[in-house]
Amino acid sequence: MVQERTLPQFQAAIAPITAADALVLYEDMTLGRLFEDKCAEMYYRGKMFGFVHLYNGQEAVSTGVIKSLRSDDYVCSTYRDHVHALSAGVPARNVMAELFGKETGCSRGRGGSMHLFSSEHNMLGGFAFIGEGIPVALGAAFQSRYRRDALGQAGADQVTASFFGDGTSNNGQFFECLNMAALWKLPILFVVENNKWAIGMAHERATSQPEIYRKASVFGMPGVEVDGMDVMAVRTVAQEAVARARAGEGPTLIECLTYRFRGHSLADPDELRSKSEKEVWLARDPIKRFEAYLLEQKLVSEGDLKDIRDRIQASIDEALTFAEGSPEPNPVDLYKYIFAED
Amino acid sequence: MAETLMFNALREAIDEEMARDETVFVLGEDVGHYGGSYKVTKDLHQKYGDLRVLDTPIAENSFTGMAVGAAMTGLRPIIEGMNMGFLLLAFNQIANNAGMLRYTSGGNFKIPMVIRGPGGVGRQLGAEHSQRLEAYFQAVPGLKIVACSTAYNAKGLLKAAIRDDNPVLFFEHVLLYNLKDDLPNHEYILPLDKAEVVRPGKDVTILTYSRMRHHVMQATKGLEAKGIDPEVIDLISLKPLDFETIGASIRKTHRVIVVEECMKTGGIGAEIIASINDRLFDELDAPVLRLSSQDIPTPYNGKLESLTIVQPKQIEAAVEKMLALKV
Repeated sequence: MVQERTLPQFQAAIAPITAADALVLYEDMTLGRLFEDKCAEMYYRGKMFGFVHLYNGQEAVSTGVIKSLRSDDYVCSTYRDHVHALSAGVPARNVMAELFGKETGCSRGRGGSMHLFSSEHNMLGGFAFIGEGIPVALGAAFQSRYRRDALGQAGADQVTASFFGDGTSNNGQFFECLNMAALWKLPILFVVENNKWAIGMAHERATSQPEIYRKASVFGMPGVEVDGMDVMAVRTVAQEAVARARAGEGPTLIECLTYRFRGHSLADPDELRSKSEKEVWLARDPIKRFEAYLLEQKLVSEGDLKDIRDRIQASIDEALTFAEGSPEPNPVDLYKYIFAED
Repeated sequence: MAETLMFNALREAIDEEMARDETVFVLGEDVGHYGGSYKVTKDLHQKYGDLRVLDTPIAENSFTGMAVGAAMTGLRPIIEGMNMGFLLLAFNQIANNAGMLRYTSGGNFKIPMVIRGPGGVGRQLGAEHSQRLEAYFQAVPGLKIVACSTAYNAKGLLKAAIRDDNPVLFFEHVLLYNLKDDLPNHEYILPLDKAEVVRPGKDVTILTYSRMRHHVMQATKGLEAKGIDPEVIDLISLKPLDFETIGASIRKTHRVIVVEECMKTGGIGAEIIASINDRLFDELDAPVLRLSSQDIPTPYNGKLESLTIVQPKQIEAAVEKMLALKV
C-alpha cells in the first residue's frame, strides 16, 4: 500500500451550523447512500442494466458542495452521477425511473445511469467520457459571466460546480479549462473527487504530481485540499469558493480526498485495492462521522437520526415502486428528441 | 444590390444576427483582434466587445465543449474552426455532446450552435489542412451539415444556421472566399434543408456541393456545346439530404452522377447512392456514377494535388460516357 496522504485537519468550531442546516446535510448524504445501496440490489437482481457506478463513501463531497449552492446554480457531473443529481434536487423517483429505462426517468429513459439530465434542476448532465463534462460546465459558467458583463444582467451571478475524479486530472480538458476559467475569471468550482483509483490505475501510478490541488497554482487559481470524508470541511471550503465565484473573483480548484466503498462499477471485480487500504477508509465513513458530530454537538438525538433514515428509506422504496410501475418509452418515439423541433 | 465577396457576405450574416439577438456570440482562434483567418469576423470585436467575439486559447475540444455548455444554458454560440480540419481535435465534443446530448437527455436540453469555417482542398496546403470532414461527421446523429458555395447562399444559409435551434456544421470552402455576388439590400434567409437547382436540364442529374459545384458548372459549358442538357443540383444540405429535390430530378433524367470533393470511401456520395438505391432504384436507367477525390492524404505537390480532386474534364467525360450507355 502506498503511503496515505495526511488528511488536512478541519476544526468544525470555525464553521458553526444550525440544527436545520445540519439535518439538510445529513438527509442528503443518507439519501445518497441508501439510494446507491438500492441500486446495487436492483443491479444484482438483474433489474438494472449497463454500467452502474456507485457513489458510496463519497457522499460528503456531493452534499458539502451542492448544498452550498443556490437552486439556480449549475451542477455538472460524470458517469458517477446519481448522487450529484439527487443533491441537485432531481427527485429520487425520476433518477430511479431513469435507471430502469422508463419514460418517467429524468432523461426519459434515453440516457441511463451515466447520462442523468434535468434542465429544471440545472443538472447539466452525467457525462460518460473522462473530462468531457468540464468544458460543458465551463460553458455554463461562461454564460453567467456573459449575461452579467456582456448583457448587463446584474442578477446573473450563478455559479457552476464541475465534478470529476483524480483520473481526469491527467486529461487535457482539465488543464485547458482551468486555463480558460482563470483567464476569464469564470464563476466555477472544479471539484476533484480524488478517490485514489481510476478503475485499476492507482493515482500515484498515473500522475507526476499526486497533489492535484497544487495544479491550480500555475494558473494563478486558488487550489485547496480538503478531507472529503468530512462534510463540514467540504461545506466550508465550498462556501468560500462559491462566495468568491459569485463575487466575480473567479474559479477555485478543490481537491476532496475521498474513497469509493465499492468497485469502480458494479461490474468491477475490485481486485487491486488492498484490504488494509479499504479498512482505513471505511473507518472514515462520512455519514457515521457526521452522525457522531451531530450527537456530540447535541444537534439531534439518536431517535431523530433513525426517523430520518426510516423516512428516506421509505422514499426510496416509493421511488422504486414508481420506477417499476412506470411505462417504458413508446417505440413510436424512437426518433423523438434528435432535433430541437421533436 | 451590392457586390459582395463571400467572406464579407458571411461577415454580414454574423453581424446582422449578433445585432438582432444578443445571445449570439462568436468564439474561436483569432476571431477577435485578428479578425479571423479569412477575415470573416473582421472588426466585429470592436463593435460587440471581447466577450461576444471571444478569442480562445488553442484548445479545440475544450472550447467546443464550452460552446455546448453555453448553448445548453441559453446562448447561441458560433464557433469558427480556423481550419475545419482542426475540428478533428474536437471530435468528441461535436459527436457526443453537440450531436447526441439532446437525445441522450431525453429532450432536456437543446444545443443551438453553429460550427463554421474553411474546409476542402486549397492550393498546396498539405494533407492536414485539406480535409473534408463533412464525410467523417455525417454519421453523427443530431447534427445538421450544410455546405455553402456562393456569396449569396453563404449569407442566407449562415443566418438560417444561426437561428436554427440545432447544432449545424457549416462548411465554407477555402478557395471560395473571394467569389462575388450582388446581394440584395434587404434581409434574406435561405432554408437549410433545401437543395438548389443550379441549372435545370433533362439528360442527367449531377449532384454536387461546395467548390465542386463550380467545377461542374465549368464542365456544363463543354457539354452544352455538344448538345447535352444536364441538370445540376447543389445539395447545400449534406445532412439531411433533400430527397424531394433529388427525387424530382431523378424522375426526370433517370441518370445520376455525384461529384464530390470528399474521399470516395465513406463519402457523401456513398450515402447518396445507398439512399437512391433504397428510394429510387426503379427510376434509374444506369448505375449511379461517383466522381470523388482519391482515397489518399492530399499531396503537397501541385500536380499530384490536382490529380487528387475531380477536374471539369473528368466530369464532362463521365457524363458523355453515361449518356452513351443505351438502355
